Amino acid sequence: MSVILDVDGLAKTYTGHGREVEAIRDLTFRIHKGELVCIVGPSGAGKTTLLRCVAGLLGASGGTVVLDGSTVTQPPPGMAVVFQEYGRSLFPWLTVRKNVELPLREKGLGRAERTAKADAALDAVGLRDSADAHPWQLSGGMQQRVAIARAIAYEPSVLLMDEPFAAVDAQTRADLEDLVRRLWHQLGVTVLFVTHDIDESVYLGQRVLVLSNRPTVVLEDVPIDLPDERDQLGTRSSARFAELRSHVYELIQQAKKGHRPEPAGV
Amino acid sequence: MAHLGAGGLVKRVLTTLALPAVLVAAWWFASAHSTSFFWPPLRTIVEAFPETWTADPWLHDVLPSLARLAIGYLIALAAGAGLGVAIGSSRTLREICEPVLEFLRAVPPPVLIPVIALFAGYTGWTSKIITIALGCVWPILLNTIEGVRSLDEVLRDTARSYGLGRVATLWHVVLRGASPRIATGARQALSIGVILMVISELFGANRGLGAAIVQFQRGFAIPQMWTGIILLGLIGVALSALFRLVEHRALAWYRGLRQAERGA
Repeated sequence: MSVILDVDGLAKTYTGHGREVEAIRDLTFRIHKGELVCIVGPSGAGKTTLLRCVAGLLGASGGTVVLDGSTVTQPPPGMAVVFQEYGRSLFPWLTVRKNVELPLREKGLGRAERTAKADAALDAVGLRDSADAHPWQLSGGMQQRVAIARAIAYEPSVLLMDEPFAAVDAQTRADLEDLVRRLWHQLGVTVLFVTHDIDESVYLGQRVLVLSNRPTVVLEDVPIDLPDERDQLGTRSSARFAELRSHVYELIQQAKKGHRPEPAGV
Repeated sequence: MAHLGAGGLVKRVLTTLALPAVLVAAWWFASAHSTSFFWPPLRTIVEAFPETWTADPWLHDVLPSLARLAIGYLIALAAGAGLGVAIGSSRTLREICEPVLEFLRAVPPPVLIPVIALFAGYTGWTSKIITIALGCVWPILLNTIEGVRSLDEVLRDTARSYGLGRVATLWHVVLRGASPRIATGARQALSIGVILMVISELFGANRGLGAAIVQFQRGFAIPQMWTGIILLGLIGVALSALFRLVEHRALAWYRGLRQAERGA
């Protein structure tokens, strides 16, 4: 499998008001084409900083992010982001369909092609009927599905998701998790999913990258050897799920206490 | 408001018209037997209306005044929104401009009329249009700056990560996002514009709605003067209705969003 996203030695230190805050010290990981990787870390681990750096929205202080062979210095065309704040990420003055189509228009696609892609994406998230509604007319879960539809219609090499389900209720969250798994299977898109929810990361991912606390490094890269077909009841009640969950949980607890991996090269 | 039945519509028309009807009736009866020269019966004023505002004054006073108002107002809208977007988008520019803007805003445009006239001429359209534009631009500019500044960061990030170019971001994100605030400024500017339309004609103009009213006043044509004042008021009402119509369509999303937020 080819590496599609290569994050090497990523560091980010915020400077301002005469103070320096080292958010990310040294993050190195690779994501292969077609993988679904979750990143989980204790609160304040700089997950959002990491994601913004990877997305090219924030300049790193050190290290490189390489997407599809080219270094990311600004938001690359091959990346789509689903933000946590769905209500603030959809354009309230545009209908659902126009929200999905706007990035496609910027890509220079013709009207027919835009309509076809938007229809397909809205179909995939089950929102074809709401195409002409405005986002604020929909529930939170539906709004986040619109954001997902916009992302998949964009046909990115890597789909970044920043705690996308943190603000929806538990039932909706389960539905959306299954939606992400299903879309990932159907479309073969590469997904980097950032979350603070340990269960969610184990349930969704093929790998879970556990982050340390600040300044952030990767504590462990946990392979998730659960069967590929997952469902909310069976998978979550399996023994292996419980083991993996406990393992990630312990890592997070260690991270909170300040445990860090041995320095590289020792 | 979107789901008004026939009964609701009737009720709304009644509530809208009730107070004006009462006031007109009060004026009518209170002034009916007035012998005061300056306070003629409303009946006399109404009778003077059609003979005062014939085709000639409409063509040479009212419409030119309204045209100047429209031009000045649109210039202010374009300049205010344009500069507002630029200043609102850049923190440095904001810090540089703020003291100057506060100073200029505090200068009432009417006192500038003689100065403007000095450069742009007393009798032509230019000085009047400049006066109107200069007065209208401030609320639009300041509201646009605030609207652009308070634009949600997540929306900007979204626009950037989906590769929206400068033009698309400006058009689809910044201007649309700031549009509720721009509309607030534009509404304030409209009433300032009407006032300045009249005031700009008080100095050295011989035609125009404001000039006509002043000439009636100076010629002691009191009922005619009153018809001019009433006409001005009616124009104000019409402009504000027109504004609301445009706003209603352009900002339908904003009303819906606000309602959804309150309901949530």
